[in-house]
Amino acid sequence: MSDIADSQLPETVLDIQVAGRSFDLAGGGALHAVGKLAFSLTARSFTCIVGPSGCGKTTTLRMILGLDTGFEGTIRQPDSSSVAAVFQEPRLLPWRTVEQNVRLVLPKNQRDQSLDALFDVLELDEVRHFYPSQLSLGLARRAALARAFVLEPQLLILDEPFVSLDDVTAHRLRQLLLSLWHRQPTTALMVTHNIREATLLADRILVFGKRPTCVLGELVIDTSREQRDDAFVEHVVGQVSDIGKLNNPLR
Amino acid sequence: MVLWSGVSHTLNDNSLPTPWAVWQSFVTELQSGELFYHLGATLLRVLAAFTVAMVIGSAIGIWLGMSEKADRIVDPWIILLLNIPALVIIVLSYIWFGLNEAAAIGAVALNKIPNVTVTLREGARSLSPEFSEMAAVYRFGLLKRLLHVILPQLQPFFAAATRSGVALIWKIVLIVELLGRSNGVGFQIHLYFQLFDVATILAYTLAFVVVMLVVEYAILQPLDRHSNRWRGARV
Repeated sequence: MSDIADSQLPETVLDIQVAGRSFDLAGGGALHAVGKLAFSLTARSFTCIVGPSGCGKTTTLRMILGLDTGFEGTIRQPDSSSVAAVFQEPRLLPWRTVEQNVRLVLPKNQRDQSLDALFDVLELDEVRHFYPSQLSLGLARRAALARAFVLEPQLLILDEPFVSLDDVTAHRLRQLLLSLWHRQPTTALMVTHNIREATLLADRILVFGKRPTCVLGELVIDTSREQRDDAFVEHVVGQVSDIGKLNNPLR
Repeated sequence: MVLWSGVSHTLNDNSLPTPWAVWQSFVTELQSGELFYHLGATLLRVLAAFTVAMVIGSAIGIWLGMSEKADRIVDPWIILLLNIPALVIIVLSYIWFGLNEAAAIGAVALNKIPNVTVTLREGARSLSPEFSEMAAVYRFGLLKRLLHVILPQLQPFFAAATRSGVALIWKIVLIVELLGRSNGVGFQIHLYFQLFDVATILAYTLAFVVVMLVVEYAILQPLDRHSNRWRGARV
């Protein structure tokens, strides 16, 4: 009986139980960047983390990616070979073309697979032989998305992937991200400071507080993405701000 | 050329032969096969010493650039080696290891290794942590990381070490040949110095300079262009 009940529970892809993360400062003393964090992600969910800038959101992602190991606690995640990341900067290798950058992350036996469908969705076909220095920021970010999705990762980490783009380009990229995600559903965790962006993309929003950061509250969005109009977005933005205010009475 | 002919004709002295005399010496040496033999011997030594110096020097340099602790321990030795005169290393090498080819090439390489190390250490210090993190997240293996992430970032430093390396090495090779080898351009120059045959000395020098120009324009520059192809015009 319990076996059947277990199999109906959504599968957990990432489980974070962190007690804290401090950084030693050069002049002595310590910066307590991250407080107690406890949350988990279910398979094929899209979660956004929002919070004030400098609150430790990026540090949290770095801990998940294994780039920061100095924290107390545990982070359980899937087979490590199926994690992909899109960083704030595209981080494409400038001496490799767009196509080479994408193929490079694949294991050797898959290096020759066709990328046509992926480049088609992202409209990268015309620039696949371009070097990153020849791309606009928007195109470079698309190439970085292609590099992440080509791995068909179980867990996709995105750190403000659409920051410093104009509204039209950012909107276009969000659409492309969603169409990729629908085509190839994966568990996504994205950090953003833009609550509107989070509302349009996520099915769950985690609100982080000021340093040392912790989860102030969360909001589950079950309205389908097509029905999230301006009024709905305003409503969610209000709710998220309320969670922030409630826990930070001084702000 | 005109100035050279003018001055040498006016001087009419053995110490500055005319371009024509130098050309004649060149042709004589070429026809006897001596030129190719000695030029070849010198070139092989340059190539061997260069390869040894680049491989060992860059391996140490990359290691020191990545590990501060290793750098603190090895750095005084690098400074010491950088400041020992080439002649001392050559003489000691011949005394300790004998008048043989290995001692000759080893001495030349040892003169160049600290320069390569210092250049590549700067390169390894400036490696981008962003690319290293990307490589870590995407689980790049050691070989993939080296070929696609690390070496391309070090390319300008390799180019700098190569340029200064080839020039320095061929000058030191001549000294090594002069002191303890029985062939090569250095040996020939020493021989014609004793005979006071300046025309042949100049013929050998010019022949070698021409070879080095060919190396620069036919090998080094095309390689440079190839590895910098991605720095092209922005669209």
